[in-house]
Amino acid sequence: MKKIDLTCVVCPFGCLMQIELDDNDKIISVTGNTCKRGETYAENEITDPRRNICSTVRIEGSKVHNVVPVKTSSEIPKDKIFECMKEINKVVAKVPVKIGDVLISNVLGTKVDIVATNNVLD
Amino acid sequence: MLAIIGAGPAGLAAALEAHKEGIKDIVIFERAKEPGGILLQCIHTGFGLHYFNEEISGPEYAARFSEAIKDTDIKLICDTMVTSISKDLEIIAMNKKDGLMKFKADAIILAMGCRERPRGALNIYGTRPSGIMTAGAAQEYINIKGYMPGKKCVILGSGDIGLIMARRMTLEGAKVEAVCELLPFSGGLKRNIVQCLDDYGIPLRLSTTVVCVHGKERLEGVTIAKVDDKLQPIPDTEEYIECDTLLLSVGLIPENELSQLAGIKIDPVTKGPVVSDTRETSISGIFACGNVLQVHDLVDFVTLESQVAGKAAAEFIKNRNLKNEFAKVVPGERVRYIVPQKVSLPVTEELTFYFRVTNEFDNMIVSLSVNDKEIYSKKKRKLAPGEMENLKIKTELFENLTSDDVIEIKVKEK
Ligand SMILES: Cc1cc2nc3c(=O)[nH]c(=O)nc-3n(C[C@H](O)[C@H](O)[C@H](O)COP(=O)(O)OP(=O)(O)OC[C@H]3O[C@@H](n4cnc5c(N)ncnc54)[C@H](O)[C@@H]3O)c2cc1C
Ligand code: SF4
Repeated sequence: MKKIDLTCVVCPFGCLMQIELDDNDKIISVTGNTCKRGETYAENEITDPRRNICSTVRIEGSKVHNVVPVKTSSEIPKDKIFECMKEINKVVAKVPVKIGDVLISNVLGTKVDIVATNNVLD
Repeated sequence: MLAIIGAGPAGLAAALEAHKEGIKDIVIFERAKEPGGILLQCIHTGFGLHYFNEEISGPEYAARFSEAIKDTDIKLICDTMVTSISKDLEIIAMNKKDGLMKFKADAIILAMGCRERPRGALNIYGTRPSGIMTAGAAQEYINIKGYMPGKKCVILGSGDIGLIMARRMTLEGAKVEAVCELLPFSGGLKRNIVQCLDDYGIPLRLSTTVVCVHGKERLEGVTIAKVDDKLQPIPDTEEYIECDTLLLSVGLIPENELSQLAGIKIDPVTKGPVVSDTRETSISGIFACGNVLQVHDLVDFVTLESQVAGKAAAEFIKNRNLKNEFAKVVPGERVRYIVPQKVSLPVTEELTFYFRVTNEFDNMIVSLSVNDKEIYSKKKRKLAPGEMENLKIKTELFENLTSDDVIEIKVKEK
């Protein structure tokens, strides 16, 4: 049996959790989480760690803005973060862009989209 | 007219709340080109979990409020800077188009936010090359203007902005050599230490500061050193790190020049106005909310606080019912400050006190007392200066409160 400390990063509370693992790295117990999402996070973090990423994409045709902020529509595998950044830096958006517009769909075959997080209308 | 200064999340939420309370004539002054405040450059997610029950980015959070404003008759005047306010509720504002303008308001809400402590306030020894800037300035360069400020970077200060920028620089291809923190603990949220530093193998060096910067035209490197428990550099612990960029994330100061000009009483600890539970300042009819009042880590609490101020300002305009009896609120052991600093009497609603502790503590009890008699307590597993705490207290508990009473919040051992 193994015990590890893990900070839940799902929300700004950042609960410090204690995880008990058996010899096959299967979770026996999770304590210290305030809500259920902490448990799910612990489960994922041990089997398939994922993160959201946020960045910017160049935008053309705006008088005010050079870039528009974007985010992953859901989490991508942690080891794909830098590859994903390369994809994000390849695209150029054109005005108008609205919150939620998909600027890259299914990035790197992850089924995750890169979506705009601000309105740039002119 | 209800005049609101600043169209960040604080100003926007206060305006919407006052509007909901039936105030028709509301004007928001904003010196930037667009509403949204600091949120526009905070493109990371981490906003809205409490308020919207989902995690969104700064611009998305701001847009929900600025879009809602569009559906009302609230007037938003951008590109316009307020240069003075007076205790008679007179406002002077100016912009390029209209020049100087004067307004007389029925109530004012201060929502000017805060700004970063610049390097001058820190006095680091050495030359004055380019490549040294605040973390917020770097954030603006990258996230708004679309420029990268450097390739090899050291960050001084481990508050949230420093941590967020360590990750942002790394994602955009820079190498972040270290995040140095003068104190023995980080002032940032734990989740940011995990997701911004640990995920990318960026070292966090506690009890460490930058003692010298090197370079003529452009920064070439910094010397860092460990500090002792009096925060003084320890000789022979110096270490040179090559870098072209030094980001300073050494704290935020509420932007209160206007408040001070008007003669509003400022709390020396929060550096924001002294307010009552309705967020009214020492000048009747002037309210304050958001980062101008106290530096918040979570925008959700800014929104809640601003709704309190918006509602109270509306009440003030409608009824002019001045509450002028207060019970004092004072920080006790292990508590650095409390907002509000006083409670207006009689207490008619549940009250929320926001406070910060002086150090990191485990397994403690937060206790609220009136004249040294405990009326409420709550167990807390973890307390840290970087995380604002709150205590909600039911109306009944303050039933017979008088202006001679003193409310104290302290943190004690179990
Ligand atoms: C880098 C960073 C990261 C953050 N991360 C998170 C996070 O992950 N989650 C979270 O919940 N919160 C986060 N926050 C906190 C949150 O963003 C702030 O608490 C919130 O934006 C404060 O809102 P405000 O309206 O008080 O101030 P601001 O957003 O600063 O708005 C103040 C506005 O007033 C205007 N103004 C000032 N003076 C004048 C004047 N004289 N005349 C006219 N206009 C004026 C300014 O231009 C500005 O638009 C973060 C903050 C920063 C800086
Ligand atoms: S366990 Fe729940 S409350 Fe705690 S950090 Fe995770 S999501 Fe937030």
